[in-house]
Amino acid sequence: MSDATAGSVRAPAMRVRFERWAPALLLLAAVTMYVVACLATGQTQYLNWNNFLAVIGRSIALGITAIGQTFVILVASIDLSVASLISAVAVLASVVMNGDPAMIVPAIGASLILGAIVGLINGLIVTRLDVNPLIATLGMSLVIQGCLSAFVSNFAGAVPTQFQFFAYGNVFGLPFAILFFFALALIAFFVLRFTRFGSNIYAVGGNQDAARFAGISTEKVIIAAHVICSLCATVAGLYLASRLRSGAPWIGANGVYDLESIAVVVIGGTVLAGGRGGIWGTVAGVMIFSLIDSIFNVLGVDAFVKQVLRGIIIVAAVAFYAVRTRRIVA
Amino acid sequence: MKQVLTYATAIGLVLALAGTAGAQNFNDPEEFARQKEQLTMTPHGPEGQPWVQYLVDQMADTSKYKKEGASTVCFSNAGVNNPWRVVGFTNMTQEVALHPEIGNFVHVDAEGSDDKQIADIQDLLAGGNCDILIVSPNTTAALTPAVEAACAKLPVIVFDRGVQTDCPVTFIHPVGGYGFGIQGAQFIADNVEKGGNVLMLRILPGVDVLETRYSAGRRILDEAGLNVVGAEFTDGDNAKTKSIVEDYLQRGKIDAVWMDAGATAVAAIEAFEDGGHDIPVFVGEDQQDFLQKWRALDMKAIAPTYPSYQWRTPIIAAVSILKGESVPGPEWVLPQPAVTQDNLDSFINEKMPPLHYAMCGCEDMPNYPEAWGGTK
Amino acid sequence: MTDHTLSSPQPKQTRRLPQINPVYFILAALIVAIILNNPNFVEPSGYMNFLKRAAPLAILAAGQVYVIVSGGFDLSVGSLITLVVVGSSMLSNNDPSSTWWVICVMLGIGLGVGLVNGLVVCFLKVPSLIATLGMMITLNGIAFMWSGGAPRGYLPESFRYFGRFNIRDVPLIQMLPVAVIVMAVVGFALYWLMHRTNLGRMIHAVGDNPRAAQLAGVPINRVRVSAFVISSLSAVIAGILLGGFGGVSTDVGTGYELQAITAAVLGGAQLLGGRGSVPAAIAGALTLTAIFTLLNFLGLPQPVRQVVQGLILIAAVALAMYRRKRTGQ
Repeated sequence: MSDATAGSVRAPAMRVRFERWAPALLLLAAVTMYVVACLATGQTQYLNWNNFLAVIGRSIALGITAIGQTFVILVASIDLSVASLISAVAVLASVVMNGDPAMIVPAIGASLILGAIVGLINGLIVTRLDVNPLIATLGMSLVIQGCLSAFVSNFAGAVPTQFQFFAYGNVFGLPFAILFFFALALIAFFVLRFTRFGSNIYAVGGNQDAARFAGISTEKVIIAAHVICSLCATVAGLYLASRLRSGAPWIGANGVYDLESIAVVVIGGTVLAGGRGGIWGTVAGVMIFSLIDSIFNVLGVDAFVKQVLRGIIIVAAVAFYAVRTRRIVA
Repeated sequence: MKQVLTYATAIGLVLALAGTAGAQNFNDPEEFARQKEQLTMTPHGPEGQPWVQYLVDQMADTSKYKKEGASTVCFSNAGVNNPWRVVGFTNMTQEVALHPEIGNFVHVDAEGSDDKQIADIQDLLAGGNCDILIVSPNTTAALTPAVEAACAKLPVIVFDRGVQTDCPVTFIHPVGGYGFGIQGAQFIADNVEKGGNVLMLRILPGVDVLETRYSAGRRILDEAGLNVVGAEFTDGDNAKTKSIVEDYLQRGKIDAVWMDAGATAVAAIEAFEDGGHDIPVFVGEDQQDFLQKWRALDMKAIAPTYPSYQWRTPIIAAVSILKGESVPGPEWVLPQPAVTQDNLDSFINEKMPPLHYAMCGCEDMPNYPEAWGGTK
Repeated sequence: MTDHTLSSPQPKQTRRLPQINPVYFILAALIVAIILNNPNFVEPSGYMNFLKRAAPLAILAAGQVYVIVSGGFDLSVGSLITLVVVGSSMLSNNDPSSTWWVICVMLGIGLGVGLVNGLVVCFLKVPSLIATLGMMITLNGIAFMWSGGAPRGYLPESFRYFGRFNIRDVPLIQMLPVAVIVMAVVGFALYWLMHRTNLGRMIHAVGDNPRAAQLAGVPINRVRVSAFVISSLSAVIAGILLGGFGGVSTDVGTGYELQAITAAVLGGAQLLGGRGSVPAAIAGALTLTAIFTLLNFLGLPQPVRQVVQGLILIAAVALAMYRRKRTGQ
């Protein structure tokens, strides 16, 4: 909020600024609650550097998925197939590697191709066949999960130790996965902020017809967003394969990455109707989710109460932004 | 496009190969024989307290873990997402209350997610005030690295599902899935004529403890010359179970029903009742609702168990380890009794909830039955 | 259909075909396929068991149509079903005389859930996808908190009557499950409310173009809240049937929210509002159940079922969009 004096004083600017800083406010509130929870229960040992890293590292898979989800939600689409894709990629990668370090690159390649194909199909169904994205990606999710379960029913294959570096390795004393996540977020930020494609995404999400009249190939933009989202889910799947040392057909569904990634994006201030929001909000949303988990653990909250609170928190956080809108929401 | 298709086919082929080659072996004749033998062994340890008994007489030395004063016991739970785990976790918390040596019991719940449980264990280690860590892994393979990391810092006890490392002080588990499958299927083989129709109901594919139950059961039924009319997945859903049984009854007679877990047994029995059929030979589990139905309808049945008293053992083991006393290890194999017609009455308690698991070893604990949801 | 009688006989033939919702043809074809695979299906015990099994989903889909037509989603119905079953077992605890007041309490809970969903969407402006997702997680947690993780009582026979009992010795059809009567009554009531009353017209108007409806004087918020309430109440009734059919368990409702949306969409309901019909949604539910039954009879494993469900879902919507584009403009 420090730049409040530097910014303009006109009313519309105030609103824009609120939207930009709201995720940071929520994050600050979450951090404060975490610190208070630790102090109140006398568990100050949780307030150290290692635990700080552990908190950030909690939700890397969710975070990577959510970065992709941000792109599709910005173009007013949505992707429910990420959880199944994560499972499929984790299984595919660990099967192709099968403990052999030489197969790491082919496995990553095959996974990315699979991700790109899924994203492409999602995008084509949404744009060419005009199917509501919720239905299109839900259907896709069922198809992927079905194909996967037809072949594999348990952990399959194995990831070589070298590949476990992704999840467990350290660079300059920092976990590689955390650095990777922030690097990915930074790239996504640059793409959205400084490229033609990025501004096209906001234009298409804001008003598809207007964007089309302005000469933007809206279909291509939407398809590209879907491909990016699926590729991010692919990377999340690779990360989970590395973290779990193998892939199983249920890991995506068990992590509820589909609905949670949407919730995180929305908590980060990106609007489901498209066109407004950004990556840093999503990053804040992911951290808020991690902090909520950690707060629950510190306070020793009962597993069922956790669920109730989490449900309420999601709605309350979204209401925190949305209550000001004057539009009628879907 | 052609290239894409080629790649896609290649991926499909690789996956198909992996499905056969890379899968774990759930039909291991050696393990089958071992568990079959363990079912008939006389356990070591105090009589009438199966949760501290053990079948394999090999002890682990724990003198190096000896610690004075009140201790902090940490527990990373896979989740309390089914009634069996709810009963088990109640056993555990009640057992903690029996031990004044435990100053602090820290419990984190991963809500059924591998990823979350790994993070939970990392949190506990980063917090750094656990004296001992108990882990009930969500899945065997995925939790192995996290458990290995924990072993480097403090004594670890694993129970229920195992991990692929022998670094924990002990791995506590009952006889196992093959044993469960054998007990039920052998009862059918003994009570149904050769050539009889058996319907096998399973919860879902891929879970190791359930796969081994099935492979053992199937082996015995096949060897006994019984006709397995189908093996269906119910997802543990009552309505689906009932529908599946109804469909099979439309097609022909069923002489026995084998189940790999008893949660939906009563729904399966109701399908026979509602259709006006005789109740066949049944394999259920030790849930109160099944046991009561069994007695009420005077059925011919057996209830193999996966005893929930195994949740008491890790706490007892933790206390012993922190005193430096030796415990059974690296594996602590608990006995795995079945509920039969002879001892049925001793397990039925109509004041307990329908999905209470009777083989809880909790009847003599101070807060029984209220803590488990029953009434006096 | 009535206005078509005025048109000349020639174009009537060609124009009338697209007017009939394709879901009815698909349903008919599926039933023929089932009968070919399993001749027993024509026996009353065959088709009546089928209808009995489909009843909860049919009621749920009929309720979901209200929310979809008004322009939203209701993802909370699945966990509401779980809450109803678990909660009823906790309250009634095998006491047959409790059935009626327990059902009333459950309907009250449904009313409350629907109100909260509607109010959060209308006044806190939270998109219904997120609002009902939050409600789904919360209700699931409440069901578990209430029961401590495992249901603590039995459902008495008088409660289970609706979902389990078959009236025997009925002339012509031999047996008539009570659940089928419930489905017929609730289905007709929801049909009448949606297609024969002012509320139904307003729900359509709100979903089609909320701004225009508002300007036309439609009390948008009240209409949308009613839609959520109706959906929640239908979930309560579905929960009573499911609890009756299968008995107590902790995950009865899992997955029903997506099945209900799938059924409504198969019945031609248009996501984000303005279009949808109750009878077609019920037919959609029957179609979905028929697909599962058929795949079951063919002995196809679960994974195939998932793939087929996914493909049908996409194909149904794609086809509807194609037809709409061709005929609607």
